[in-house]
Amino acid sequence: MAFFLETLFGGLMAGMLYSLVALGFVLIFKASGVFNFAQGAMVLFAALAMARFSEWIPQWLGIESLLLANLIAFALAGLCMFAVAWLVERLVLRHLVNQEGATLLMATLGITYFLEGVGQTLFGNSIYQINIGMPKDPVFILDSVFQGGILINKEDLYAALIAAVLVIALSIFFQKTGTGRALRAVADDHQAAQSIGIPLNRIWVIVWCVAGVVALVAGMIWGSKLGVQFSLATVALRALPVIILGGLTSVPGAIIGGLIIGVGEKLSEVYLGPLIGGGIEIWFAYVLALVFLLFRPQGLFGEKIIDRV
Amino acid sequence: MSQKKIGDVILDVQNISLRFGGVKALTDISFNVREHEVRAIIGPNGAGKSSMLNCINGVYSPQEGSITFRGQTFKHMNSRQVAEMGIARTFQNLALFKGMSVIDNIMTGRNLRIKSGLLSQAFRNPFGIGGAQREEEEHRAFVERIIDFLEIQAFRKTPVGQLPYGLQKRVDLGRALAMEPQVLLLDEPMAGMNLEEKQDMCRFILDVNDEFGTTIVLIEHDMGVVMDISDRVVVLDYGKKIGDGSPDEVRNNEEVIRAYLGTSH
Repeated sequence: MAFFLETLFGGLMAGMLYSLVALGFVLIFKASGVFNFAQGAMVLFAALAMARFSEWIPQWLGIESLLLANLIAFALAGLCMFAVAWLVERLVLRHLVNQEGATLLMATLGITYFLEGVGQTLFGNSIYQINIGMPKDPVFILDSVFQGGILINKEDLYAALIAAVLVIALSIFFQKTGTGRALRAVADDHQAAQSIGIPLNRIWVIVWCVAGVVALVAGMIWGSKLGVQFSLATVALRALPVIILGGLTSVPGAIIGGLIIGVGEKLSEVYLGPLIGGGIEIWFAYVLALVFLLFRPQGLFGEKIIDRV
Repeated sequence: MSQKKIGDVILDVQNISLRFGGVKALTDISFNVREHEVRAIIGPNGAGKSSMLNCINGVYSPQEGSITFRGQTFKHMNSRQVAEMGIARTFQNLALFKGMSVIDNIMTGRNLRIKSGLLSQAFRNPFGIGGAQREEEEHRAFVERIIDFLEIQAFRKTPVGQLPYGLQKRVDLGRALAMEPQVLLLDEPMAGMNLEEKQDMCRFILDVNDEFGTTIVLIEHDMGVVMDISDRVVVLDYGKKIGDGSPDEVRNNEEVIRAYLGTSH
């Protein structure tokens, strides 16, 4: 039982990281109807910026304190993401108002390659560390219930806490504020949104900024666990099944989808793996996504797609 | 028709010409709209009616001419400015926020009027701290009045995409009304409707005009409907103005008859 719970927790933590990346996709889709292929590249770009700034800041400013240096690095990396958001709106999206979804998708594909290239040119292309000072020592919990307790990584707990705060803030923003409603309106129909006085351009900058911050948080947590390197851009692929499962338009869906996939991967690997030869972790998410596409294409929490013929 | 008071000119369109490359969509069009009246723009298919509306709405920028709204003259406008000045519109091909409920759709029309800041909205609370809750309730009450007015109470929580066409048209009108516009532009409000739906829509348009005093500019090509509800009518054909006046004057205008019925040579 203790072993089962440990696997479960491990899965939840991994799932939470998927959720964070998926969240970026959902945000931009919800608010502009664009499936943003560049989310993975944004995670990489943000993580590179964070890693390098936290390395450079102590040298430039002679700051000893790790926390202070990290805060400044986070702020600078955030500014970088805002600049990216502004440039994307200015140079790409502004010219594509009222265009088909496929056109916008292709544009984000272009942004992906651009960001990957520029990120590595600006910040270098080796493997970097992000040390945000999270305690890495494991703790044992529930040792009164089980013999030896359950082993949990403190770092994972902190990461989960950060993710939770982020998700709650975003949900409130979308559901309770007029700006959130305006964002949802823009997603549905550009022209109608403009006619009731919603400033399309500003909305796009806002949503890409928010997605940039989410990418930064995701990049920071992934980076501090696994190091920052080019392969980070491919975590986006791991997030695709999550959004299919959770629904492209649902913030809670992204979270729960991520958790289900994280847990499913770990449990199936541990308990089914020995029976059919292992390696399940790699394909589990995609097969689950496929099943969902067949039987419930809008995902668990997505808006039902209705097309009149 | 009720004894409503038609006021001064509120919207004055002067010498508008609009070209798309070599295609002349509109040539030297001038007309005006008086406060509180129902003004129709009619014409056969491709006459430039929707282009005209899109010029007023700021979607297109005409190459020549200007538009004067409440004494301010504009050469180019963008949709947002137009909305801020108090001109709302509905769409010929529905442009609703399909995934959102009826209430949310109409609430988006209040967007420009929301005053409280982002943070105070986020921390909206039943204790009235910050004032955002009270504001939201006021807007919500206004939207409920519109919903009652349009007789769509039963569907307020339904996602708009699931409603039948005639009702979607009403929601479109409701969203425009939520902006409390001075001028309401209606792009073929009755297109594709059956007789009963058309009658309902006519009633709503006249009621809006009567009760709220909203000036209405509408495009239609169903002549019968237009003649019944408008005060004055502009007739376009091939991007040119061929008639302007009361429904009776227009009905007897030879050029208009020719445009609509063809002529024997």
